[in-house]
Amino acid sequence: MFRFIVRRLLQMILAFFGTTLIVYALMFAGQGDPIQALAGERPVTAAQRAYLTEKYHLDATGVGGFFYRYFDYISNLLRGDLGESLTGRSIGDILAAAWPVTIRLALIALAVAVIFGVTAGVLAGIRRASIFDNATLLLTLLVLGIPTIVLAPLAQYFLGVKWQVFPPTAGADPDFYALLLPGIVLGSLSLATALRLTRTSVAENLRADYVRTARSKGLPNRRVVSVHVLRNSLIPVITFLGVEVGNLMSGAIITEGVFNIPGVGFNLFRGIRTEDGPLVVGIVSVLVVVYLISNLVVDILYAVLDPRIRYE
Amino acid sequence: MSQHAVRPTPASPTPPGGHLLEVRDLHVEFRTGEGVAKVINGVSYHLDPGETLAVLGESGSGKSVTAQAIMGILDTPPAHISSGEIRYSGHDLLGLPEEQRRQIRGKEIAMIFQDALSALNPVFPVGWQIGETLRQRLGMSRADARRRSVELMDLVQIPAAARRLGDYPHQFSGGMRQRVMIAMALAMEPRVLIADEPTTALDVTVQAQIMDLLADLRRNLDMAMILITHDLGVVADVADRIAVMYAGRIVEHADVRSLYRAPAHPYTKGLLNSIPRLDQRGGKLSTIRGLPPNLMRIPSGCPFHPRCPYVQQVCVDVVPHDLVLGDGRTSACHFAQEVRDDRAG
Amino acid sequence: MSDFETVAASENQAARRGPSGEPGTPNQVGRPRKPRSLAGDAWRDLRRKPIFWISLLLVLLVTAMAAVPGLFTSNDPADCVLSRQHAAPSGGAIFGYDFQGCDTYARAVHGARASLLVGALSALFTGLIALVVGMLAGYFGGWVDAVLSRVIDIVLGIPLLLAAIVLLKRIGSDSATVRVAAVIFVLAVLGWTTAARVVRSSVITAREQDYVAAARMLGAGNGRIMWRHILPNALAPAIVVLTIALGSFIAAEATLSFLGIGLREPTISWGIEINNGRVHMRESATPLVVPSTFLALTVLAFIMLGDAIRDAFDPKLR
Repeated sequence: MFRFIVRRLLQMILAFFGTTLIVYALMFAGQGDPIQALAGERPVTAAQRAYLTEKYHLDATGVGGFFYRYFDYISNLLRGDLGESLTGRSIGDILAAAWPVTIRLALIALAVAVIFGVTAGVLAGIRRASIFDNATLLLTLLVLGIPTIVLAPLAQYFLGVKWQVFPPTAGADPDFYALLLPGIVLGSLSLATALRLTRTSVAENLRADYVRTARSKGLPNRRVVSVHVLRNSLIPVITFLGVEVGNLMSGAIITEGVFNIPGVGFNLFRGIRTEDGPLVVGIVSVLVVVYLISNLVVDILYAVLDPRIRYE
Repeated sequence: MSQHAVRPTPASPTPPGGHLLEVRDLHVEFRTGEGVAKVINGVSYHLDPGETLAVLGESGSGKSVTAQAIMGILDTPPAHISSGEIRYSGHDLLGLPEEQRRQIRGKEIAMIFQDALSALNPVFPVGWQIGETLRQRLGMSRADARRRSVELMDLVQIPAAARRLGDYPHQFSGGMRQRVMIAMALAMEPRVLIADEPTTALDVTVQAQIMDLLADLRRNLDMAMILITHDLGVVADVADRIAVMYAGRIVEHADVRSLYRAPAHPYTKGLLNSIPRLDQRGGKLSTIRGLPPNLMRIPSGCPFHPRCPYVQQVCVDVVPHDLVLGDGRTSACHFAQEVRDDRAG
Repeated sequence: MSDFETVAASENQAARRGPSGEPGTPNQVGRPRKPRSLAGDAWRDLRRKPIFWISLLLVLLVTAMAAVPGLFTSNDPADCVLSRQHAAPSGGAIFGYDFQGCDTYARAVHGARASLLVGALSALFTGLIALVVGMLAGYFGGWVDAVLSRVIDIVLGIPLLLAAIVLLKRIGSDSATVRVAAVIFVLAVLGWTTAARVVRSSVITAREQDYVAAARMLGAGNGRIMWRHILPNALAPAIVVLTIALGSFIAAEATLSFLGIGLREPTISWGIEINNGRVHMRESATPLVVPSTFLALTVLAFIMLGDAIRDAFDPKLR
């Protein structure tokens, strides 16, 4: 187990340097004017130009200069210094204000996925080919097939603006109720995926040989399903949900943007819209780290849940 | 030996009080989207206390399905028991409510399966899995169940049992895993043990150890055993009687000695001839020609007729009944006596 | 990224962490051994499914829309007059006019071309990359497989939307062709992994077949075996995955355009239309609802079509 964790940790560190290098290279390499690359089409003031040149060591040149700047960027990133956005605010401060909102939203979405997705998935898996099963399959296919850029604005229009069941936008300091609709929209995709995954997993495990063994021990059907089948079926589901936590936190760009929720995704959304290069690079870098860490946590979780992996 | 009566009933006389376990004229179908497969077509056999019955047949002959019907663990659907009776010490199992059948499983009749790696739950330690039966069925405390699990693992000769309680199935060798399976089945001291191909997935040397273990345990614990196998080689030393199955029927039923000496069904004869034997060196190893029948389209008359070297017109037209050959032997062949007396085949 | 996650990607999660720790091959397990009747069985099964016919009809409809938009509307989508802002339906404009005074319906119809072009070409390039990588990894095995499988793992580990944001920010040009090409490139480079895994596992299955051994014994070279014997086996499952992927690529293109980093005006894209409609939804909702419906139905059609075909070919779970 210990060696497994160490191995995965080393892999993650490797992936971290690889990914950040790619992000960094794509942003700056081969660009005629790296400052203009950061700023996009906006005019750059002399003060900004001076700040960016100093911040990113743009006066160093060549391949050596590139790596010098890259390690500079990495060490800043690791120290939590993300620099300033073009509007002059500290990116670290922006993120510090944004994370709590994003995490709350992600938790609501996750709760929706677990409560409805996993429960319905278990039922559908047990009653395979029933009306309930076919109905949920069709419904999840619909959810999976409708892009978020359709679902979010339409939910906002119909439930928020037209019928006024929910507040249409969240505003500066959103409460639970204001985050509920965006949370459901964000979680619906995870819900559908978790449901399908649970269903397939339960259905497969119900036919496993060990189920026959458990029944031949004379255990009641209830126990066979709730202990033997579920313990096995939920391994892929839990690992999926673990990955989803990472995704939900970094992937709420559309939902946060549409519902005006001041989270991390919203700031990225705004950074893209306003062509704020430093803000985009800063947030993307942090999100990549979040993503890598959540993947590591999931792999360890998987090893904890499945003894076959643990003792490999 | 020459008496010749056509009777569709089991051969040996029923002892007073009935057999311990008796299957009577069982029919099982599998109903799938493509049609109905008749998997069991009128199987009857019985088991008395303390004896070992070997059920022999190719895969698909219905030997495992019969066992699962006895246990009550058939998947229904697709399986459907269309008729027949399964009696266990006087009770008709098929007529019992599920809750009472469940009480019998494991406690009265226990079963071990072919592939212990998939038959054991991969995510629980073996000690937990053995102990689960004790805790759930006998209401033992955690500590008692643990102690008893160690005893059971000692009983099936797993070395350092106490230390291995916490290990997971995949950490055991094939033979040790099968021993865990056996320990689990013995947990509630059943009166009948059904062993479904217990050695098929194992190496030859380990096979012999497991068969010896099963034979010893059966004797020491005074159980009756149904040993399901496709391998004639493993049953000779262990079984008292043999029932040979083909296409969901029992085609021959005899005590071990007479069956080996003079098989009375062409199929049994074919099986015996396809075993390599040390005392017949240089002889050509024969095989049974053709393939087992498709259970959705079982051949007319005797189901074995397309593969049978003795085939006559009557075999194509008429389903043979069990022919009683004396000594408690039966054979479902129109020419049972001729086959038995034909030593050349 | 959850915004892009679709049926294909979600199923991939299960495959990715199969209980053996191997890159899973769930599609192979229950496959009948008789390939000659498989296509026939699948077709008989498909014919009875209403979902198959509905999605096929939708796919054909949107393809016709992309090829000959004139069949569906005679109005010019670029004919925008501010005086008609949010005007009621009139003439050919059956859904009225949007904020800019453009014909909402005409713009939605003309949006099909960019979507389908990006979706189809991304799927095509994805398929090519997946076939090459999957065939090499599956056929040669050993270290080739080890290296390529790690590459697949790494690319699969890149969050799609974040990577697309970084890549597309580099494109300064507003030229329609450049932007379309850039989006296709980004989607193909990031999206080929699922299909490559499917190809790899079907190649591994095919490689073990007797006829391949026979061909090898008759002296056929690697190239010939791969082309004549392995490729046909890998093609069918790859096409199913790519049909589903085509749907998700269309959704991805719309998402990127919605964010303003994909296609840009004057190219007509459903993503841009939805974003424009969203901003003014309080005044008039039809400019939001109409392109949303077009996009959702198109994506759904491809995903459902692929799903139905896969179910028919893989009857394990019914």
